[in-house]
Amino acid sequence: MPGKLKVKIVAGRHLPVMDRASDLTDAFVEVKFGNTTFKTDVYNKSLNPQWNSEWFKFEVDDEDLQDEPLQITVLDHDTYSANDAIGKVYIDIDPLLYSEAATVISGWFPIYDTIHGIRGEINVVVKVDLFNDLNRFRQSSCGVKFFCTTSIPKCYQAVIIHGFVEELVVNEDPEYQWIDRIRTPRASNEARQRLISLMSGELQRKIGLKVLEMRGNAVVGYLQCFDLEGESGLVVRAIGTACTLDKLSSTAAFLPACNSPSKEMKEIPFNEDPNPNTHSSGPSTPLKNQTYSFSPSKSYSRQSSSSDTDLSLTPKTGMGSGSAGKEGGPFKALLRQQTQSALEQREFPFFTLTAFPPGFLVHVGGVVSARSVKLLDRIHNPDEPETRDAWWAEIRQEIKSHAKALGCHAVVGYSESTSICEEVCILSASGTAAVLNPRFLQDGTVEGCLEPRQEENLPAGCGFCHIPYDELNMPFPAHLTYCYSCRKQKVPDVLFTTIDLPTDATVIGKGCLIQARLCRLKKKAQAEANATAISNLLPFMEYEVHTQLMNKLKLKGMNALFGLRIQITVGENMLMGLASATGVYLTALPMPGGIQIAGKTPNDGSYEQHISHMQKKINDTIAKNKELYEINPPEIPEEIIGSPIPEPRQRSRLLRSQSESSDEVIELDLSHGKKDAFVLEIDDTDAMEDVHSLLTDVPPPSGFYSCNTEIMPGINNWTSEIQMFTSVRVSRLSNINLTNQTLNKNFNDLCENLLKSLYFKLRSMIPCCLCHVNFTVSLPEDELIQVTVTAVAITFDKHQAVQTTKTHVEKSLQRASTDNEELLQFPLELCTDSLASHPFSPAKEHLESASSNSGIPAAQRATSIDYSSFADRCNSWIELIKLKAQTIRRGSIKTTVSVEKASPLTEGHFRQRSAPACANSTVGVVKMTPLSFIPGAKITKYLGIINMFFIRETTSLREEGGVSGFLHAFIAEVFAMVRAHVAALGGNAVVSYIMKQCVFMENPNKNQAQCLINVSGDAVIFVRESELEIISAQQPVASCQPACSGGEIAT
Amino acid sequence: MTNELDIFVGNTTLIDEDVYRLWLDGYSVNDAVGLRVRSGILEQTGATAGVLQSDTMDHYRTFHMLERLLHTPPKLLHQLVFQIPPSRQALLIERYYAFDEAFVREVLGKKLSKGTKKDLDDISTKTGVTLKSCRRQFDNFKRVFKVVEEMRGSLAGNIQQHFLLSDRLARDYAAVVFFANNRFETGKKKLQYLTFGDLAFCAELMIQNWTPGAVDSQVDDMDVDLDKEFLQDLKELKVLVADKDLLDLHKSLVCTALRGKLSVFPEMEANFKNLSRGLVNIASKLTHTKDVRDLFVDLVEKFIEPCRSDRWPLNDVRLFLNQYSASVHSLDGFRHQALWDRYMVTLRSCLLRMYHD
Repeated sequence: MPGKLKVKIVAGRHLPVMDRASDLTDAFVEVKFGNTTFKTDVYNKSLNPQWNSEWFKFEVDDEDLQDEPLQITVLDHDTYSANDAIGKVYIDIDPLLYSEAATVISGWFPIYDTIHGIRGEINVVVKVDLFNDLNRFRQSSCGVKFFCTTSIPKCYQAVIIHGFVEELVVNEDPEYQWIDRIRTPRASNEARQRLISLMSGELQRKIGLKVLEMRGNAVVGYLQCFDLEGESGLVVRAIGTACTLDKLSSTAAFLPACNSPSKEMKEIPFNEDPNPNTHSSGPSTPLKNQTYSFSPSKSYSRQSSSSDTDLSLTPKTGMGSGSAGKEGGPFKALLRQQTQSALEQREFPFFTLTAFPPGFLVHVGGVVSARSVKLLDRIHNPDEPETRDAWWAEIRQEIKSHAKALGCHAVVGYSESTSICEEVCILSASGTAAVLNPRFLQDGTVEGCLEPRQEENLPAGCGFCHIPYDELNMPFPAHLTYCYSCRKQKVPDVLFTTIDLPTDATVIGKGCLIQARLCRLKKKAQAEANATAISNLLPFMEYEVHTQLMNKLKLKGMNALFGLRIQITVGENMLMGLASATGVYLTALPMPGGIQIAGKTPNDGSYEQHISHMQKKINDTIAKNKELYEINPPEIPEEIIGSPIPEPRQRSRLLRSQSESSDEVIELDLSHGKKDAFVLEIDDTDAMEDVHSLLTDVPPPSGFYSCNTEIMPGINNWTSEIQMFTSVRVSRLSNINLTNQTLNKNFNDLCENLLKSLYFKLRSMIPCCLCHVNFTVSLPEDELIQVTVTAVAITFDKHQAVQTTKTHVEKSLQRASTDNEELLQFPLELCTDSLASHPFSPAKEHLESASSNSGIPAAQRATSIDYSSFADRCNSWIELIKLKAQTIRRGSIKTTVSVEKASPLTEGHFRQRSAPACANSTVGVVKMTPLSFIPGAKITKYLGIINMFFIRETTSLREEGGVSGFLHAFIAEVFAMVRAHVAALGGNAVVSYIMKQCVFMENPNKNQAQCLINVSGDAVIFVRESELEIISAQQPVASCQPACSGGEIAT
Repeated sequence: MTNELDIFVGNTTLIDEDVYRLWLDGYSVNDAVGLRVRSGILEQTGATAGVLQSDTMDHYRTFHMLERLLHTPPKLLHQLVFQIPPSRQALLIERYYAFDEAFVREVLGKKLSKGTKKDLDDISTKTGVTLKSCRRQFDNFKRVFKVVEEMRGSLAGNIQQHFLLSDRLARDYAAVVFFANNRFETGKKKLQYLTFGDLAFCAELMIQNWTPGAVDSQVDDMDVDLDKEFLQDLKELKVLVADKDLLDLHKSLVCTALRGKLSVFPEMEANFKNLSRGLVNIASKLTHTKDVRDLFVDLVEKFIEPCRSDRWPLNDVRLFLNQYSASVHSLDGFRHQALWDRYMVTLRSCLLRMYHD
């Protein structure tokens, strides 16, 4: 009996009138969890009932706690006929299942009905009492934290990044069951909502189990998707990155991040070679000795055998590069070997993260992607979803081998997606091949994390650009030059990646959103023939998308793409490709050449004139763009760089791996031949169109920037105003005899107009930047194209923006509050040290004698000794040790503990403080953003994952304002429900928010429409930096709380 | 290629003040787009007409969805669907309940019924306010009226509490409700020169002094109706003009005090009895509903017009009225001093406000 769920129904408000005669409602509430149902009394004749119910108690397994949603139904009591349902609230109680998140869910929830939308609100309080379960073979995975954020969450640090976790569950879609013919649309929708809620709960639990198996405690970059396969069923699948996270001491989080930014900028470089005084001051601790020689064999053996003695040695690998300074060939080999060993054991060395702790990413190879066309068949046995598993396994295998071909052992920024039309399904996976630093991938490398900067002697900001593959044995023809930053290593001429721009990367100027858009007509066909037709088209589409991206990148005068996401959508009679990425100019890569146009028929004079005219236009555009994005790289004489390395010149090569089923996997070839100019041959009207379309992309109006990554390269002085939005457009193609050209043009216009509309709508925020612009395309019907965009507009300070061409130091600031936290730990702990030296911390006393200003680092090292000695003693109980070690670690650093203890208190302070601020409006503001951070604020707590699925249907489309009115209202309602859940968890923002699905179907003739929306994100509490200063002033008082709570924390 | 569906939903609901005004003014989407184009917004922003059309549609849709909530403003504050900063909420409400001077002068004092609603067509043509906007304003009046009609306590306070209006606007609504309830005639030609501000000023004073709530805030504090007892008592004032001695005494007191101070002294002296009779008779007739309705007509006919025709300066009117009401206290035979003050203090202020061209 591991859990008791308690629910109290307090009140309702704004209920709809259910009794026409009295214009009132006799409402009561059913509370259901699993198979148990409780009811409140009927509150007669009121639209604002006050039930104030007793606590309804459900005694349940924690497995159920994870799977089942709490279901609250509000009904209108009717004496003579059946009670009418007003609406429902589903509450995911998962956030209550781990200790660090929310402790209670309490607040007003919109009462939602799939036919009528939101109908009033209900005030509910939910609590969970969890009993500890020591059963090792349990089926639940309570306590594993989930984050949608694709980087290490801000108030945590990664101890170990374990790697890829995936799972999928399948079921029959209730919409397609026989019973659907006789039940109401409402019943069918509710069955679907409930099923998906159940399935995602189950999925999360199963993934959690895998994480526990890997000895992790969290999943980062958790991405869950639904495949509505129609007749053949419903698939819910998820991928993520298992990690062991450690909560950062809360004081760090409470310290104002940058009281004086300029000062901190200067401080960062110092941290790269830590203060030598710190090291010499405490010679008593052996582990302080930093000058280890690198011993690959040892670390290798450590990987293959998990012998306990090695555990104590692990810090060595973390500080391995005593010989650093230059990243020589042998070192690279060693590193690779080492990483390889770390990753070898994993089936799929994939990471869904797009941003990484400093030093994690060593080299980036390039984008790897794989697609496969499948014919859907009925899933016969939902408990054995083998076919779907096998499909994905196949694709992942492809990705893995592509990465290997690029000389990389890992894939980062990994994601998977599907596009389904009738019975054909395209599965896609993509990521960025990379070489990783093994430090974070191993057990017991805590020390490495505490001293993250030891080995960062590599020339800053260009390491990741260096090619990971062997230049003599290149996987594809690429144009290599010596790195423009360090001049030592080779770099490619362009770099495409799916990740965010690394914080330490140096860029020139600003970035911009680059999109490639493409349509291809396809004959209508059935089954096999259809699948074959699609797979035949795919490589051409990939190639063209890539060419377009390359052209546009050159046109912008940039040399690298980040956050690349290529979406291929399949429809009845066409395929659509949409690629979005953020272009930047990386200092480490060579300056991009221009675009040269070559005509086919040189004899014709007027033609030639036309060509030269075009050429001029293109050159002008490039020059203009360079000015617009402030790209002005220092001129470097060619001799210094050396002549380009000769290479086989092949126009393009498609690495295609074919399995006999209709699979098609393409490796994008990044090379386009000549260095200086990129030649576009105009040989027919098609090509002409292409050139024209290149030039039609209008830059955003002045004061506006856009990107699809987390932050805009080149802008770092964000102000606090943010506006997240979703915009949807559905266009009907009017032409009956469509050609590829008209189709392309239509699609291009659709996207461009949409962007223009956004710029116009948000003009009051100028200067601002659209970040994380996420386009999705779907083809709901024959002639309909649906484009959905979610993004966030963030304002920034124009005056400071002038100095943005500064170095990476500045840039690393904006992004890396993890960085900051790490940096801040030292000064902070030093200051709390004096406070903590009261009688409550006897364990510290002997250290204090040795510590002058370096007391805390000593303390930390001391604990690590404890740790290893513990490990020595009880090596057979590794898990137990880990647990204990953690306990001891926390226990012995009293300052840290005391601060942790103090944190809820300060939070309490804050909440009290913030309450009156928003007193005049009764609804607290909840911010939503697709980014992992909130500008000008600090996230102090993660409250749990939000993952919600809604269906809305109408049979009175016209009355609700047509399709636009219907969908507008629905999306607004979805936002409202997300905000209400976050507020009930005690949060004030959702970060990493994403609308994963927005499936819209209409039947205007029948006056009907239906829409399914799936959203997710992380609920958090944030504190404005301005408020933080006040709180940190209170901090001394707070941390004087007795620090005797080590035991309490260590459970 | 046509856009079948085109929406934009922000986490914070975007409110464009200019578009809101156009919407409130009752323009159709196309007209609004036309007006926006003419405002030069395209040149300023570099947008296309298509973008403007889409933007306008979007805002109109949002306003349409908000309208239901605006009917009961507290709901707008508590609802969860639209996240709107408090300052913006206030703006939405304030603008929604704002009304046109031209329109309000047409309906002020009329019964807020279906019949009047039918006349909105004419009012629209006459005032140049779009029919849609007329309807909204009329419905606002009616809605506010219905909610506060039967309520106790301060009228403006009740309005403010239930409709979250600014102090100023709430007091204007109080006047509208008060006029509608008492059906004061304001539409006569000779009253046309009076602004809504003048009438609202009078209404406020009457609410303060002439309603039951004015004397006793404990019981039945109704601000909407005039105090019946008070109106009944006003008959007692008649003695001031009926009793010839009293009238003469009153006149001599006023004339003595004002001699040399008024530029229109001879006219005043000549007209005193007429004016006094007019003011007192108005008071004594207020028991009849019909005469209550004609209050403003009578005030203009019996006092303002005679003074105006003799070209009294405003300052002379003020001096006269002050002396006129004060002198009554020296009339020993007159026993209704408090009643007189209650009547005259309000009336004096009203007349002074109404005395202009």
